[in-house]
Parts: sequence; C-alpha cells; structure tokens
Amino acid sequence: MKSTVLKTYSAVVLFLALRAIGNSAMAWGMRQVPEQMSMNPALYLRAMANPFVALGIVALILALLSRMALFSIADLSYVLPVTAVGYVIAVFLGKVFLHETVTHQRWLGTLLIFGGAALVGSTTGNTTPPEGDLE
Amino acid sequence: MRWVLVIVMVFATVFGDLLQSHEMKRAGEQSVTAPGFAKLVQVVARRRLLILSICCNAVSFFAFMALVQKEPLSFAVPASAASFVLETLLAKFVLHEDVGPRRAAGAAAVLAGVMLVGG
Repeated sequence: MKSTVLKTYSAVVLFLALRAIGNSAMAWGMRQVPEQMSMNPALYLRAMANPFVALGIVALILALLSRMALFSIADLSYVLPVTAVGYVIAVFLGKVFLHETVTHQRWLGTLLIFGGAALVGSTTGNTTPPEGDLE
Repeated sequence: MRWVLVIVMVFATVFGDLLQSHEMKRAGEQSVTAPGFAKLVQVVARRRLLILSICCNAVSFFAFMALVQKEPLSFAVPASAASFVLETLLAKFVLHEDVGPRRAAGAAAVLAGVMLVGG
C-alpha cells in the first residue's frame, strides 16, 4: 500500500517535471522555426530538426509514458486534479523563461482553471485496483 | 485560427484520455522506472486501443506545436483545459452520467478561466 502511494507520487512529480520541460522547450524551439505550420506533415518533420523542439518531443513522450503508468495505478478522477497544477506551472514558466506578458486577467483565468479542474476531478470516487489482465 | 487549433487539441486529448484510462486499467500496474517504461512500450504495442489513443495524442501534439509557434505558452497550456468542459458534456449527454453540482461548477469555472485566458 505504502509502495503504491510512493509510486503514485513519483509518477505525479515525474509527469509534472517532464511536462514543464517539454512544453517550455517546445514553445522556445517552435518560435525559432521560420515556416508557418499548416496541414503539411513535412513542415512538422522539419520543425523536429530544431534541437529544442526535439528535446520538447522527447520530454513530452516521457511525460506521456509516466502519465500512462500513473493511469495504471490511479483513477482519472485522481490524476486530473493533482496534475492540474501543471497549468499554473506553464504560465509561470512562460513568464519567467519565455518572457511572456502575463496579464492579471490571464493569471485569474489560470487560477480559475486550476480550481475548476481540481473540483471536477474531486467529484468521483477514489482509486480502484487495476484489473491486471495482462500479466 | 488559435481557437480552431485549441478545439482540435481538446477533442483529440479527450478521446485519447478516455481510451488510455480505460486500457491502462485493463493492462495492470506499470512502473515508472527505465525497465518499466520498456515494458510499457510492449504493452502499448499489444493493445489496439492504446495505439489509437496515441494517434489521438499525436494529433493533439501537432495542434499544440502549431499553437505555440504563434501563441504564448501561457495561453496554449491553460486553454487546453477546455477538455474538462468537453468531458463533462460527454459524461452528461453521451454517457448519461449523473453530473452533480460540484462537477458542473468545476467545468463552469474551467470554461470561465479559458475565456479569461483567451481574452
């Protein structure tokens, strides 16, 4: 039981860190890509040659895997509220590292989103044991 | 254009999340260690719905790439929270779940927040 709790917290922290690194690197890298993205997949492939975009992709893939691992030990109703703090982290990183202008209105909106996401996620039951039909 | 990308991102995210949550419960407990990730990749390769969920994640991801090229990160990431509103609407009108006042209030707060972030 204690081990599952530790695993859950590890997965949450890992997911939030990887998501923050991935989003920031992706945003920084995409601003250096001269071509405007469209429906042409070749443009996205060319953009992936940018080292920051590549770093963002790797971090976001690892974030996806850590979230999948999190889903295997915790319910969506637990995962959503605890990871909602990621919205606040993204705005903070945008302001501090990407030097974006974040108005009071945007901060207020982000805090409303964080509170709303936490409220939505807290409305259903606790974690349920996985079925484990694979192993 | 920014809202079109947000809508594509949100729909793909919601569909992917639903598939992933459902399938990962069936796949059993997974570890976040390096060998655990390797095993997780094998689990994904064996389950069609997980592959479909990753396709949804890819669509969402490309929309996010296009969005952050022109829009601030402080808009793009919070705007993606509109998925909570869509999930609540799906729960109510497609799955016919009983959406209580707390969940409805939460979804309304997220919607108001997204509108403020995008305003």
